[in-house]
Amino acid sequence: MGILIVIAQRTLYGLLLLLAVLVLNFTMINLAPGDVVDTIAADMGGASAELIAQIRAEYGLDQPVIVQLGNYIWRVFQFDLGHSYFYNRPVTEMIFARLPATLLLVFSAQIFALVVGILLGVFAAQRPNGLLSHIVTFFALFGYAAPVFWTGILLLIAFSLKIPLFPVAGMRDVTVEGFFPQALSVAHHLVLPMLTLGSIFIALYSRLCRASMLEVLGSDYVRTAKAKGLSPRDVTMKHALKNALPPVVTLAGLQFSAVISGAVLVETVFSWPGLGQLALTSILARDTPTILGILFFSALVVIVGNLLTDLVLRLIDPRVRAKA
Amino acid sequence: MKIAVFRDFAIAAGVAALLGTTTMAEEPVRGGTLITTLPQTPRHLNPAGQSGIVTGAPGAQLFAAPLRYDEDWTPQPYLAESWAWSEDGLSMTLNLVQGATFHDGAPITSEDVAFSVETIKANHPFKTMFGVVDAVETPDEHTAILKLSQPHPALLLAMSSQLMPIIPKHIYGDGQDPKSHPRNGQDVVGSGPFKFVEFTADQQVILERNDDFFIEGRPYLDRIVYRIIKDASARAIGMENGELHMTTFENTVRNIKRMSENDDLVTTDEGYAAIGPINWLAFNTGSDGPLADKRVRQAIAYAIDKDFILNAIMLGLSQEARTGIHPGSPLYYDGVNAYELDIDKANALLDEAGYEKGADGTRFSLTIDHGNPTTKPQAEFTKASLAKVGIDVTVNSFVDFPTWANKISNHDFDMTWDTVFNWGDPVIGVHRTYDSQNIKEGVIWSNTQQYASERIDALMDQAGQEIDPDKRAALYKEFQEILAEDLPVYWTNTLPYHTIYNKKVGNPPLGIWASSSPYDLVFLKE
Repeated sequence: MGILIVIAQRTLYGLLLLLAVLVLNFTMINLAPGDVVDTIAADMGGASAELIAQIRAEYGLDQPVIVQLGNYIWRVFQFDLGHSYFYNRPVTEMIFARLPATLLLVFSAQIFALVVGILLGVFAAQRPNGLLSHIVTFFALFGYAAPVFWTGILLLIAFSLKIPLFPVAGMRDVTVEGFFPQALSVAHHLVLPMLTLGSIFIALYSRLCRASMLEVLGSDYVRTAKAKGLSPRDVTMKHALKNALPPVVTLAGLQFSAVISGAVLVETVFSWPGLGQLALTSILARDTPTILGILFFSALVVIVGNLLTDLVLRLIDPRVRAKA
Repeated sequence: MKIAVFRDFAIAAGVAALLGTTTMAEEPVRGGTLITTLPQTPRHLNPAGQSGIVTGAPGAQLFAAPLRYDEDWTPQPYLAESWAWSEDGLSMTLNLVQGATFHDGAPITSEDVAFSVETIKANHPFKTMFGVVDAVETPDEHTAILKLSQPHPALLLAMSSQLMPIIPKHIYGDGQDPKSHPRNGQDVVGSGPFKFVEFTADQQVILERNDDFFIEGRPYLDRIVYRIIKDASARAIGMENGELHMTTFENTVRNIKRMSENDDLVTTDEGYAAIGPINWLAFNTGSDGPLADKRVRQAIAYAIDKDFILNAIMLGLSQEARTGIHPGSPLYYDGVNAYELDIDKANALLDEAGYEKGADGTRFSLTIDHGNPTTKPQAEFTKASLAKVGIDVTVNSFVDFPTWANKISNHDFDMTWDTVFNWGDPVIGVHRTYDSQNIKEGVIWSNTQQYASERIDALMDQAGQEIDPDKRAALYKEFQEILAEDLPVYWTNTLPYHTIYNKKVGNPPLGIWASSSPYDLVFLKE
């Protein structure tokens, strides 16, 4: 029954967190000078004072901030995230159109980073002071330290320009018809953005996995397993890795928010049509309903991601189950 | 660049001569899909209520205007087969092409022209375009007469490109707000050479050939795909690896330089004279400080080495602009004071204005607020330049547009680097900066310098109504001379906008409206 209580508890915390996200961000956006009408006017190449006042009145931006906040929260309670000022479309519609692209990118990058990170970590832990271990550390840290957009452009120059294997931008080839060819086209377009976004997190996961593996490999039961005559491979994969994983999974869960913010830059470099690009546009345009809608959904993804992490942890580590 | 184009032309001519052919221009070919780009997602695709280049580019394909322009600023017939001013300059008669239809098959009539003018007048941000049009008379289906309250020569440019799209009354006249009409972005029904297929935000706009276009045999292309790619480097790589055929409005000089070295690509700055983007250093002439004195503003101009901006910051890719009118415009006058670098003169002017150097070598302090990140190098260069004449400058960066716009438009600044667009006729995009009636708090790109001159106001009034081109040019000459003396802003250069196209592209849009011209002549060579 423990699991249901955990879920209920998490859901309640999650709702409170969502409310806090909305109120805080609404206030912060409104503290900054200027509003979306300035951007709309600029986008038009300049506008008259009358037109500016007219647009402001249309969007209710001439009302006091507290009234605007109240109206907004009230609408959210009715599951209405409002209309984008800038694109003049329902926010939920715009977000749902982009959410799949972001989820695909975020989850594939996360899985890619985890798989590669864990493998590298396990590998490096075999000979912690060997040359290969240092090489792994070097490349992992390099990927971590390099700015995402730089890595992205570098990969583009290498694999789109010099060796033209992958397309430069977008999510699919518009000329391709049919489900499977389209899925293939999406996968083709996904490779570089996934590598770019994943490269930051490989370092984290591989370093942690290495440390965790080293600790476990030095423990008594591993020595026992070795003494029993198990092959080194079995010792590493079956006995040691399983116990070394929980910290890595915990970290991966905590990194969900970082992956999503990393996606903003990656999506811009690769013109990946996800939430990140929309977020950037809306922030620059001061399009409050869209920004809040995106933050709402990002918070939701993080909450769900953390919940999933907890569940996975319970699955792979019986000790967590016992504690609850 | 012009030189590169010229070289290619010379080679082509040489090859043609070798082959013994007499025709130099290639015969257009039907068919093919042009892949080009937009740097942002447009708010929608209907230019009747939305200005800007990302709406204008597809907008000019979807909607035809009465006139179009060639490279030499000469109006050409388009949806209007002929046009005429009345003697007194108070009415403009348009004779529409016979048999033209909208994309849904309905005929294009003078009623639609009248409706379009009313819609644009009521909803477009550029109020000066059709502000003086009192009524549009429609004596018959193919004749529309625009009645004006005063002569308005700017009307000719305002009737071209994206500024006057002819939109169907039976679609957009249903009473919904034209600025947020649902058919602006989906199921768009237009009058131009290409029809709407798809618009997906952050991904692409797809248009296809209008088989019933009113010019027989055109357009040549089957499709145009605008891929929305925000990152300039990604667009450059896409051009280099052949994924894109053409990109317009590029202004990242390093990327342009790199693309210009590619043998498959042609790089040119032709086509941006009407849009006319000009970089300038604006002064708050209404502040209490030293900038209210024109000698101080002149001294600042003398202290800034314009050649450094042109050659080191812009890598020689932008043109010098000595006034607020784009150097590509027939109304540009380059005989004004160019403020060549002269530190001694700058010091002398500052002394004369009563700002002697203090004990620490400093005369006074000022701030520069820059918004657009592309103007950051200019702002930093200004700080270094003005230090040499004893002016201490603090540079404030505002990458967040609304914050910057709010500060400038409420006159809470000393100096700012900015880029402002001419948008065709000076009446539309130039007057607004210097008109003393247009000092309006909270409105960006109004007269935020708070400059007021009775003579300038009078000149703008006269020039705005002068039908005779020579007399008009003379008025604008005096206008530019006075402004270059008073210097409410110090103009330095044009924005280095470039069109880059693959050599496969025939007839690229190099007329005065760049990518906001109809692409009915563009074709792909095979």
